[in-house]
Amino acid sequence: MDVILLQLLNGLDKGGAYALIALGLTIIFGTLGVVNFAHGALFMLGAFCAVSVQALLTISKKVKDESITFFDAYKEVPYLEAWWGDTGSMIIDYAVPLSIVIAIPLMLLLGLGMERGLIRYFYKRPHAEQILVTFGLAIVIQELIKAQFGANPIPTPAPEVIAGSANVGLWVGLGESVVYPWWRLIYLAFAGVIIAAAFAFLNLTTYGMVVRAGMADRETVGLLGINIQRRFTIVFGMAAVIAGLAGVMYTPILPPDYHMGMDFLVLSFVVVVVGGMGSLGGAVLAGFLLGILQSFASMNEVKSIFPGIDQIIIYLIAVVILLIRPRGLLGRKGVMET
Amino acid sequence: MTSFDDSKTRGLTRRGVLKAGTALGAGAVITPSFFVRNAWAEEFRNNPGNASSVKFGFNVPQTGAYADEGADELRAYKLAVKHINGEGDGGMMNTMQPLALKGDGILGKKVEYVTGDTQTKSDAARASAKRMIEKDGVIMYSGGSSSGVAIAQQSLAQEMGVIFMNGLTHSNDTTGKDKRRYGFRHFFNAYMSGAALGPVLKETMGTDRRAYHLTADYTWGWTQEESIKNTTEALGWQTVNAVKTPLGAGDFSQYITPVLNSGADVLILNHYGKDMINSLTQAVQFGLRDKQVNGKDFQIIVPLYSRLMAQGAGENIKGIYGTTNWNWSLTDAGSQAFVKSFGQEYGFPPSQAAHTCYVQTILYADACARAGTFYPPEVIKALEDFEFDGMGNGKTLYRGADHQCFKDVLVVRGNENPTSQFDLLEVVKQVPASQVTYDPSIFGGELGPYKV
Repeated sequence: MDVILLQLLNGLDKGGAYALIALGLTIIFGTLGVVNFAHGALFMLGAFCAVSVQALLTISKKVKDESITFFDAYKEVPYLEAWWGDTGSMIIDYAVPLSIVIAIPLMLLLGLGMERGLIRYFYKRPHAEQILVTFGLAIVIQELIKAQFGANPIPTPAPEVIAGSANVGLWVGLGESVVYPWWRLIYLAFAGVIIAAAFAFLNLTTYGMVVRAGMADRETVGLLGINIQRRFTIVFGMAAVIAGLAGVMYTPILPPDYHMGMDFLVLSFVVVVVGGMGSLGGAVLAGFLLGILQSFASMNEVKSIFPGIDQIIIYLIAVVILLIRPRGLLGRKGVMET
Repeated sequence: MTSFDDSKTRGLTRRGVLKAGTALGAGAVITPSFFVRNAWAEEFRNNPGNASSVKFGFNVPQTGAYADEGADELRAYKLAVKHINGEGDGGMMNTMQPLALKGDGILGKKVEYVTGDTQTKSDAARASAKRMIEKDGVIMYSGGSSSGVAIAQQSLAQEMGVIFMNGLTHSNDTTGKDKRRYGFRHFFNAYMSGAALGPVLKETMGTDRRAYHLTADYTWGWTQEESIKNTTEALGWQTVNAVKTPLGAGDFSQYITPVLNSGADVLILNHYGKDMINSLTQAVQFGLRDKQVNGKDFQIIVPLYSRLMAQGAGENIKGIYGTTNWNWSLTDAGSQAFVKSFGQEYGFPPSQAAHTCYVQTILYADACARAGTFYPPEVIKALEDFEFDGMGNGKTLYRGADHQCFKDVLVVRGNENPTSQFDLLEVVKQVPASQVTYDPSIFGGELGPYKV
């Protein structure tokens, strides 16, 4: 029972990341009609916002390392620690939460810049060309990050206070043996909040209503005198912020490296396809569903019956869904079916 | 008398006959070797002939998961070339015994090099190596850091007749079932890691343990799991489970959670590079290091360590046991010379990957100098069963039977109290070569012919 609970939490956690990325992908596809292969790169850039904030907070002065006698080596003492002692160390410790504040405007600007500077020229071009240009952009971003930060994962830990694990077992009456890292629980809650906020924005505000109307019939909304294009640009920025925040929050779970966006992108596309192209609810549902299934498929009991199932489960489900319900779980009839 | 006089008359003396015979005999011995030398010139690929330089190929991961390690390897190769050509402070060429190199290149020819990117993929590595051999005309090529990639390049070396000096590769297969006459490995292997770790594990963790393996699903992971399992089971440990994880899985949480309730009290991570950094970080996040199981402290073991990985894993590495081929903190003359030379050039100490690549380059160059030729079969013979010292691991044998080096292995532990920013691994024990030596036949494989 406790193993099932843990795997369920793992699945929800991973599903949260898939859902956040897939949500952004779907919003962009639904509004702009663009298949954005650079969306994983936005997730990765979000993660590197946290890395950059950490690097900024730990800007150091070089002090000769007397313990190295073979050659001249220098160790780095962060200015913050040198000036403010423990307070400085505490600020450095909170690098990840602090970077959320920085990431929101930065990712918004980046999203707007990307849409205005590149994506808008491809609205009327075939999907294949959109994929090529966004994929190319993703590679460029990836290589720039590698050139700057190197190829190895960079540890970006959560604040010390929540570095440990929560006794989840006690909460549900399973005893002390079931523990789960605090940060992963926070990530899950965070994913829920962001998803709820995005839905509330699109469903409960007039702005969101117009965007949804534009998604359904762009021409008619335009004829009503609404500059739908501008709204779509802002929505692109919003999707970039969601991906970026998902990346920032993921850094304590997975030390970021330049390739992490690509790893998530492929899975997130499968999530979008399974959920239904253009369906926001479908993206979220499929994200969590696939995360949980992937998690359960890696249980030893399951693998002893179907060896290697953990590595193919997501694609297997995509095949089955495409065969029996090509529009995806919650996809609207007619979208990407031809 | 008469006969004597007669012979004198004809100009024949005993001394003369002896002289002529000796000259003829010597000529008969020497002459073929002159011809053979000329014949070698005709026969072998990328023969430098009368050119004033020879070219090496350094095929390392410049992109992909091992790019940082590849960058360090490349630094070491460049330093080795500098030292062979007589530039810089000479590094380990000052300490290596015996040494035939004179600091003027190899056999009077300066060394140049080309670089390639393996991308840590076997097909990309083969294509890059092929380009180096066919287009750039390299006389030898070298590189790491994945056993799958190394084995692929070694097979190519045998096909093309160009020597491949393995960089970082730890699978038993490299010098076991996939060994090749044209491939040589200085780095240690999974079997040696197991043999070195065994006694230390017994001493620190006892004989009643239950181990759970997470293993990278490719040649290196498989052989390491097998070797470590053999060692721990011989100690009396039980293997609870051994689970294969896909290479580059990223999030290992779904593989780590089953460990929590498996009854295991030791987790063995047969992961390397990025995978090891992620799996170890996540295992610590799930509270495994602070756990008590079966009345014992839960332990994590990383059989193959590197300082670059320790850097990536940060605090999580503290107190965790593993093995390494070499560490910059060693105090022997060879290690100190290398660290000094590398540190002065780049501002930080070399990694174990850098060390093995540097040594391999010098060893190849020295073998050519000893053989007096670049002709591969002769260079191979010069390397086979060659014994040397002063290269950082004590007395070392390049065993002819499988082209594996035998030298001391270091058992290390993540340093709890580092004295410097680079002091991440603490050497717990230097296990002598004799304790990690094995019979070459246990892994099978055939070296193949000298002449291809």
